[in-house]
Amino acid sequence: MSALVEVSGIHKVYQRGAERLDVLRGLDLHVPEGEFLALMGPSGSGKTTLLNMIGGLDKPTSGRVVVGGRDLTRASARELAQWRARNVGFVFQFYNLLPVLTAARNVEVPLLLTRLSRAERAKHVAAALELVGLSDRADHYPSQLSGGQEQRVGIARAIVTDPALLLCDEPTGDLDRETAGEILDLLGELNRRYKKTVILVTHDPLAAERARRVLHVDKGVLIEAKAA
Amino acid sequence: MKYLPLLWRNLWRRKVRTIFTFLSIVVAFLLFGVLMAIRNSFEAGIDLAGQNRLLTIHKVSIIQQLPERYLAAIRSTPGVRVVTHLSWFGGVYQDPKQFFAQMAVDPETLLRVYPEYVLPEEQKAVWLKTRTGAIAGRKLAERYGWKIGDRIPIKPTYYRPTDGKPETYEFDLVGIYEGKTADVDETGFFFHHDYLMERIGDPGTVGWYVLEVDDPARADEIAHAIDVQFENSPDETKTTTEKALAQSFAHQIGDTGAILSAIAAIVFFVILLIAGNTMAQSIRERTSELGVLKTVGFTDATVMALVLGEAFLLVGGAGILGLVLAKLGTPVFGKLVESFLPVFYLPAGSVLVGLGIAALLGLASGGVPAFVALRLSIVDALGRR
Repeated sequence: MSALVEVSGIHKVYQRGAERLDVLRGLDLHVPEGEFLALMGPSGSGKTTLLNMIGGLDKPTSGRVVVGGRDLTRASARELAQWRARNVGFVFQFYNLLPVLTAARNVEVPLLLTRLSRAERAKHVAAALELVGLSDRADHYPSQLSGGQEQRVGIARAIVTDPALLLCDEPTGDLDRETAGEILDLLGELNRRYKKTVILVTHDPLAAERARRVLHVDKGVLIEAKAA
Repeated sequence: MKYLPLLWRNLWRRKVRTIFTFLSIVVAFLLFGVLMAIRNSFEAGIDLAGQNRLLTIHKVSIIQQLPERYLAAIRSTPGVRVVTHLSWFGGVYQDPKQFFAQMAVDPETLLRVYPEYVLPEEQKAVWLKTRTGAIAGRKLAERYGWKIGDRIPIKPTYYRPTDGKPETYEFDLVGIYEGKTADVDETGFFFHHDYLMERIGDPGTVGWYVLEVDDPARADEIAHAIDVQFENSPDETKTTTEKALAQSFAHQIGDTGAILSAIAAIVFFVILLIAGNTMAQSIRERTSELGVLKTVGFTDATVMALVLGEAFLLVGGAGILGLVLAKLGTPVFGKLVESFLPVFYLPAGSVLVGLGIAALLGLASGGVPAFVALRLSIVDALGRR
């Protein structure tokens, strides 16, 4: 299978005053299309930083990140924004929904950047909400939803533009065991049925078990743990 | 347009804060509208005063009377086209508090010198031949519910009659004039100078002369030529353009326009601080949401535009509402102050200036938060919860 994500020798250094923090140290990673990869590791190990690099949210100090053939390290901020809008869906630990918008309006947000008409956007939003099983909650505000439902809306928002890559940062970190299981089922289905490449950052070994491959990030380098 | 629901919803995230900010901006623009109407009221006379109209007054003071015989001399001065004269009557109608200006005039020349007073021809004809006839401005007639044919009794305070008849002057309202433009005072009351002279025994004086010249460029030369004729007489004159005189009156009570503009500027500065603070707080509270927008693909410029759009929506919406209220409210307020500010309305130019200020305030109040949003790093934004 061809690699969707190719990370080659990336370093990420943060300078805080006189202190130098080497978060990633020459890390290499190849993620094939259709992969379900879990990244584990202790806090501060660099896994979220790595996810940010792959999602084009941050740039490495050195090294290359190529996703879908596009070298993200050479793209401008504007190009990265446009690339993210078309190619990546993000799922966050705390859902990060806009509290002033209904579930449907939240899911619609990434579509505002497209040329789709209002009716077309509504159709896409309805399909995404149906896929996550929340068609009946379209007009509810985040404050009217449970944590699991909020995360489902977050996933609907991530997939509404039909991206090839889903980047999930601790998506079950704020949920109870049962709800977390449902969310992981949903991510698994998106991977198997809809061929989405999923990269999941998690602390939870049970969550990581759902992935086909698990990598540990420790002190800025990768250690392979399991291959399904 | 597709971003409007997002802007609108964000604006109302803190309803109480937004309502108070919105109302304070509405009140500021309402105040601006009233201040501009007052300023316009003070300046209307100056703007309207023609450069081709000169006023000849007593050199000592405008309240000193001038001999009526000067009329012929002024009329024959080269360059003078037509001359009229006015005398301040200063009478009381019903209640001394109900003030309006009454002038004894020569009707025929008055209407030639002041073409901005529009009187229907048939009313003019009746006025010219009715010795006790008077005309009133439209607003004045409306204020007292006068109609043509009414008898208007006015008690003198200065021109006491000497003809043995009852002291109160009885005028027949034969005409109601309108202003050619909105700037024209429609609260005047004019009657025959001859009638006044008849009742007080004709001392042969008038208040002041107003003359129209052929060529405004020669106004100074003609004014000098008039004044020279009466030099070293007991009643020396001072002739100046009507505009200059109106300006000197306005300046006697201070530079009203500058004072009012300064007040408006202070009000807007305070509003800038209020709106700016509201926007800054609003953006600070949702830093992570801005990060999410950038994460899903909104460019830095788009996020900045959204923040600016929100500021424009808040300040612009409130500004427009304030100006609309000012436009609708000034005629009502104008009625209350009609006796001392007869021309009271919000000019279209001031409305446009107000809209421009609203746009600038929107830009200024949203500028800093928008710049912060532009520079916001996604990683930092998502890290702030």
